[in-house]
Amino acid sequence: MSRFTKEMETRAYELLALYPEKRSATIPLCHLAQEQNGYLTEESMVQIADLVGTTPAEVLGAASFYDMLHTEPVGKYVVGVCTNIACLLQGGEELLGHAEEKLGIATGATTDDGMFTLEDMECIAHCDHAPALQVNYRFFGPLTNDGFDTLVDDLSAGKLESEVPPHGTLSRVQRKHPIAVPLEEIVRHRRDSDAKEGERLAAKAAAEAKEGSN
Amino acid sequence: MTDSEKKLKLTVNGKEVESAPGEMLIAAAEKAGVLIPRFCYHPRLEPVGVCRMCLVEVKGPRGFTLQPACYIAVADGMEVVTDSDKAKKAQDGVLEFLLANHPLDCPVCDKGGECPLQDQTLTFGPSESRFVEEKRHFEKPIAISKLVYLDRERCIQCDRCTRFAADIAGEALIDFEGRGGELHIATFPDKPFASYFSGNTAQICPVGALTTTPYRFKARPWDLEQVESTCVSCAVGCQMVVQSSENEIVRYLGIDSEAVNQSWLCDKGRFGFESVSSAERIPSPYFNEASGMVETGWSQALDKIAKALKSAEPESVAVIGGSHMANEDIYTWVKLAKGVIGTDSVDAQLDDGLDPKIVALSDRATIQEATQAKLLILMAGDLREELPILFLRIRSAAKKAGLKILEISLSETSLSEEAEVSLRYFPGHAEELVNGLFGAEIDPQLFAGDLQAARALVSSVDPASVVVVGGRENLADSSLDPERAIAKLLDTLVGSKFLSGLRRGNVNGAIDLGMVPGFVPGRSQLQAGNEALRAKWKTLPRKAGRNSKEILESALKGEIKVLFLLGADLISDFSDSALAEKALSNIPMVVGIDTLTNRTTSHCSVVLPATAFAERHGSTTNIEGRVSTLGKKLVGFSLSRPEWMIAVELAAYMGEDLGFENLHDIWGEIQEVSQLHRGLSIAALGAPGAKEGIVVPLSASKVQISTRRVLDPIATPGITSVGVSGPPSSSAALPGEGDPVLSESTYSPQRSKLLELLAQNDRAKAGPEADNFALVVSKRLYDHGVEVMSAKHLSELVAPSKGRVSPKGWGQIGLNGSGLTRLQGNGASVELELVVDPSLLDGVVKVEFDGALGEVSKLFGVDNSTSRVKMEKV
Ligand code: SF4
Ligand code: SF4
Ligand code: FES
Ligand code: FES
Repeated sequence: MSRFTKEMETRAYELLALYPEKRSATIPLCHLAQEQNGYLTEESMVQIADLVGTTPAEVLGAASFYDMLHTEPVGKYVVGVCTNIACLLQGGEELLGHAEEKLGIATGATTDDGMFTLEDMECIAHCDHAPALQVNYRFFGPLTNDGFDTLVDDLSAGKLESEVPPHGTLSRVQRKHPIAVPLEEIVRHRRDSDAKEGERLAAKAAAEAKEGSN
Repeated sequence: MTDSEKKLKLTVNGKEVESAPGEMLIAAAEKAGVLIPRFCYHPRLEPVGVCRMCLVEVKGPRGFTLQPACYIAVADGMEVVTDSDKAKKAQDGVLEFLLANHPLDCPVCDKGGECPLQDQTLTFGPSESRFVEEKRHFEKPIAISKLVYLDRERCIQCDRCTRFAADIAGEALIDFEGRGGELHIATFPDKPFASYFSGNTAQICPVGALTTTPYRFKARPWDLEQVESTCVSCAVGCQMVVQSSENEIVRYLGIDSEAVNQSWLCDKGRFGFESVSSAERIPSPYFNEASGMVETGWSQALDKIAKALKSAEPESVAVIGGSHMANEDIYTWVKLAKGVIGTDSVDAQLDDGLDPKIVALSDRATIQEATQAKLLILMAGDLREELPILFLRIRSAAKKAGLKILEISLSETSLSEEAEVSLRYFPGHAEELVNGLFGAEIDPQLFAGDLQAARALVSSVDPASVVVVGGRENLADSSLDPERAIAKLLDTLVGSKFLSGLRRGNVNGAIDLGMVPGFVPGRSQLQAGNEALRAKWKTLPRKAGRNSKEILESALKGEIKVLFLLGADLISDFSDSALAEKALSNIPMVVGIDTLTNRTTSHCSVVLPATAFAERHGSTTNIEGRVSTLGKKLVGFSLSRPEWMIAVELAAYMGEDLGFENLHDIWGEIQEVSQLHRGLSIAALGAPGAKEGIVVPLSASKVQISTRRVLDPIATPGITSVGVSGPPSSSAALPGEGDPVLSESTYSPQRSKLLELLAQNDRAKAGPEADNFALVVSKRLYDHGVEVMSAKHLSELVAPSKGRVSPKGWGQIGLNGSGLTRLQGNGASVELELVVDPSLLDGVVKVEFDGALGEVSKLFGVDNSTSRVKMEKV
């Protein structure tokens, strides 16, 4: 099931309606697809391209730029260990090494049971808790090797379900309200401000021309 | 003074340079003779400033800083230094970075020898690399389509190919994937770079990352020779160079002609060269005898034909085809047929075009006028399929300059997205729709679209600023309906202009030179007579002749004794292949003059080999009436001869002298007898400023004559690197030298009401029927025509013809999942795959023409009614 389900499709249209340019919805829709499938399947990229009026190659181009979007299958939990400077000084590299051993996979790989994908990360802005890591973009740290093992065991045992939703889910709070600012208003506002800018430039050019002729 | 004329002054390396607002610094400097190095900048693409090769010092409030010259617009008083130590160090640094990951495959790279990276490294770069680390690796070239290979290791991420694909062609089938050190060009999995314009990306790639399959490992640039020419694969007439090595064409590249193709070629034009060296080339004259094809000599063959001609009444002689020939061939054949034999049954169109009166007698627009019109009305087939580069020009004008388009068509086309309003009509009801556009009541069942909006659009503009592109969208219907619709548009919108949407190579030149019934050279009608002509021609036809359909019909009645087929593969190409086949078997002498063996060859009594494109000099005429030259790069194949020569010799065997020894003689006579061409001297045609051709009549072409730009060497590297060689142009048969000597022609179109010149459309007006679908047959770029099929790589792109129906029709046939359907009409039955097309009206099925396969053409006959088919699920 890799195209949007009916429910997700409704959400997709809600997202699309938020943007004056359909194209701008590309990244939010990628997140939505990832929420549904855990990663961006080819079919979902094709569907997104249709929805936003670009080509699948362009969706892939945009998606592949961002580390948070996965174009290949990942585990239920994507564990990202920070190895940037603060964490490095606090043993981030060692933690990553330990994680490889504990999970039995190399960085970048996914466990056979499809539970964990291990990644190394640049600074995740959790430096005050170095060495830090993220599981599906939820922060943990500082972590010792033992702490890491406990974390993994808890995740495997399903003890952290409420804290860490499956990969792809960015937020469990969903927009229930209609769009606050109607699209027409946004368009009108854009047009007005463009017109003002045009006038400003014209006035400036006129002033300059006058100066020039003096 | 308008903004664009306002001049600015800046200094580049201490020299004062004039420029206009909005111009990019890199272009302004270039005009002043300072070539700033560049990779990503291309004068035909929007600037992006990504490669940083063009860093120069520009003075600002904080003194001189490094800025990318391709990405900053000029300003008055700007001070720029391009050759300081700082600028050089920056350029040097950029090159070192680019080379850090570059594989240096030069010895085995197609681009080696014409590579901007090589050249600019030599000129601006470091001589040694400090980089000792491992370079990044990718699988060596991967085929991203049947025509293009991508070598990701060689790519310098200049973004040219991707900008071309997204912005110019409008199909972003390739894009950057990944980020940083991982960044590379990619297609989407299972979605190849299947664009009609893909070859252009290889032409502008500044390294050997994109190469084309037909040219791969074929030659090295320093072994190539080139000549400028005009593409005749369709009637746009794109300017290009023909490059060859050892008497074999290896590639075509697009020349930057402002008026026509602005650097680009479509893939059919670009890769069609393979047909020139096809194994199907006819090597010598043949007689078709009971035992099969028997090789013969020119003299025996011509003698036999001449004898047959002598015993035939003028009216029983007919000529079909010739739309691929050069102007000189066309004129010579017209003179032979109409001026010596005395038959007017001469038709370059194969019942797939328009009444020549519309093309010849309307005021004609240039492509530029069409793109700058206040309103462009499209009433032609899908231009991307029929006139690809015209599609690009119109698309760009709509995207960038807001060209307003009103589309009147049978279904969605590739320009529908750009159209302000699209109107659809039921086959056979174009004229009614156009009447409706001008206020008449029309039956809402027979059209779709916002008629009110269309009316408002048309009345909002000055009629004289409207251009109508008219062509033939539906081969399965008589041409009268679209003709009358186009005529009505042109008549009602007083002062509007017409741009021909006729697709075949030089069909517009054929019309201009009288290779159609009812006309003589110079867009003049036969009955109007012509003093100049009488002086030069022995006779003139006594009766108005027949068009190709009528010729074939008279053949059925035994009225045709000699038929010349000039490059006309009737059985593949004529819309009613059954009629063609029957008619051919009923003509005692069918003379096939062609370059390639095709399905019609075996029906000919005598076959004569003609020289192909690039094997002869000459000129051709495009949709605008632009006459441009054809270059010769190869020695003619085997015993082949150019068509004009065949006509001259044949006349000699008949005891007549056409009076031509070379192309100069022919062109000289054209100028004398055709007011349309008067003043267009050979010197003018071959002059440097006129290389992109000159629009006839001359009064229309003043502006066009010197607009051809010479692009910087890095824009189309393959052209500048190859010397123009072969015979110097002065000794060539056609091109002249020196400044264009133009005298104005006195020609003016006899513009009366076009509609009055056309026949009445009195057939029954049928609308949708319960279980019969109205058949629409349209052309596509890669069909099973002999031209495509004999070019190896293009032939691989030909897909089976598909059909389209409206969602309701789909349901009606009971299709779901698979669209395999049996179509029955005209006593024939054909199976093909249908897809849903919501833009089609209910009760219509649209099928792609399949050329030499000859399946689709069985479904309809060329009578005067809308063709109907029954459909059932398979
Ligand atoms: S493939 Fe060629 S044109 Fe495309 S980005 Fe790379 S270097 Fe540029
Ligand atoms: S658009 Fe027509 S003239 Fe131009 S390259 Fe293609 S086939 Fe040739
Ligand atoms: S360096 Fe690891 S979170 Fe900032
Ligand atoms: S940044 Fe100017 S040419 Fe690339």
